[in-house]
Amino acid sequence: MGLLSKKDAKLILDPLADDNPITIQVLGICSALAITAQLKASIVMSISVIFVMGMGNVVISLMRNIIPSKIRIIVQLVVVATLVIIVDQVLKAFSYQLSKELGAFIGLIITNCIIMGRFEAFALGNGIWRSFLDGIGNALGYGVILIIVGFFRELLGSGTLLGFPVLGDPIKKSGVYSIGYENNGFMLLAPMALIVVGIIIWVQRSRNKALIEEH
Amino acid sequence: MEHLELFFKSIFVDNMVFATFLGMCSYLAVSKKVSTAVGLGAAVIFVLTVTVPINWLLDQYILQEGALSWLGAEYASYDLSFLSFILFIATIATMVQLVEIVVERFSPALYNSLGIFLPLIAVNCAILGGSLFMQSREIESFTFALNYGFSSGIGWFLAILAIAAIREKIRYSNVPAPLRGLGITFIITGLMAIGFMSFGGMLTGGDDGEKNPEGGTPTVEVEKVIEKDTEAAQAVVSEKNN
Repeated sequence: MGLLSKKDAKLILDPLADDNPITIQVLGICSALAITAQLKASIVMSISVIFVMGMGNVVISLMRNIIPSKIRIIVQLVVVATLVIIVDQVLKAFSYQLSKELGAFIGLIITNCIIMGRFEAFALGNGIWRSFLDGIGNALGYGVILIIVGFFRELLGSGTLLGFPVLGDPIKKSGVYSIGYENNGFMLLAPMALIVVGIIIWVQRSRNKALIEEH
Repeated sequence: MEHLELFFKSIFVDNMVFATFLGMCSYLAVSKKVSTAVGLGAAVIFVLTVTVPINWLLDQYILQEGALSWLGAEYASYDLSFLSFILFIATIATMVQLVEIVVERFSPALYNSLGIFLPLIAVNCAILGGSLFMQSREIESFTFALNYGFSSGIGWFLAILAIAAIREKIRYSNVPAPLRGLGITFIITGLMAIGFMSFGGMLTGGDDGEKNPEGGTPTVEVEKVIEKDTEAAQAVVSEKNN
């Protein structure tokens, strides 16, 4: 690749699978679970996090030499909070309905542990370009899990994807419903998000034995 | 009575971990041992009880549309609610710092047991989430906000205590290798969340007897109402006489 050296590409690709923020680093789970009942909300949430993380990592990396280490947590919180306010206002302006549905969870991006974790672990010690790539990579890894969970929960729970009925009409009994298929309303309830993520972890770790924990 | 209802609702029905997934990161990371889980849980109760009422005051007197009217009529049309994230998180970070200093000064024993967890709490979603839900649920008075913060903290405490106890025991079970650790914790939390969903009917459905977790209290309530009614009636009568 011309633009990205091998080391830089690793920054983006690693978090997508073997160093995934959700399934391996166990960060940023709160918001991952609560809003994944619909695919659309998951996608919007992923885009918001990609924006906040990319920008936030750049800002922190720019300031890394002038932040006193004692108050760095507060500085980091202020940077994230400002970026999240931008996201929130943009959402309110262009997609008010969705911003109502996401509710408090956009605000909770501020305390998303992935963001603080990457600031602490990476942006405070690396240059701007590498921090930017690391931010984007980790946010993409987060987004991938969100979208997988959102995909299955919406497909199995309400038989739609992004609001389009892909499995036929449950009332007129067309499509798959004609052979007796029923939507599993349970998938729309909160606990199933946890179980779906649990299953993703299971699948990932049985494919890559190196990730298995010793209790 | 409404206080009691809010109290039980925040602990069981709207449990922070099982209904809204707040504070999941620390819930998963610090639940390997019961003793550390108790420490973190206590710190969360404490900080929530302090920050939710403070943020309620901020919301009521600075942030909401028209909240600035106490400054004068020309400020009455201001709506600063877009600042709530930054103000809430600043309050939380400062309060955590302040609490840390105070606890260190006056109770070194408590400081040593909470010490490591207090700074972590500033970035715990449960704390900011408490304030944001307080805002979006439009809690109507200061005492309700205090109650809400305290009882949500207890709910979180119960959740982390339960999962820590389960995780200590599950170490002796033969879990499939890829599920060990994180995977099984997720699935157990999911099952616990399904269990907690059954509390949903505690306050909304069922008959009146189920509505009040203590039984007995409805009669007291009725008596009070009757007393109030008679008082009101007497007042009306005396007014007429005058």
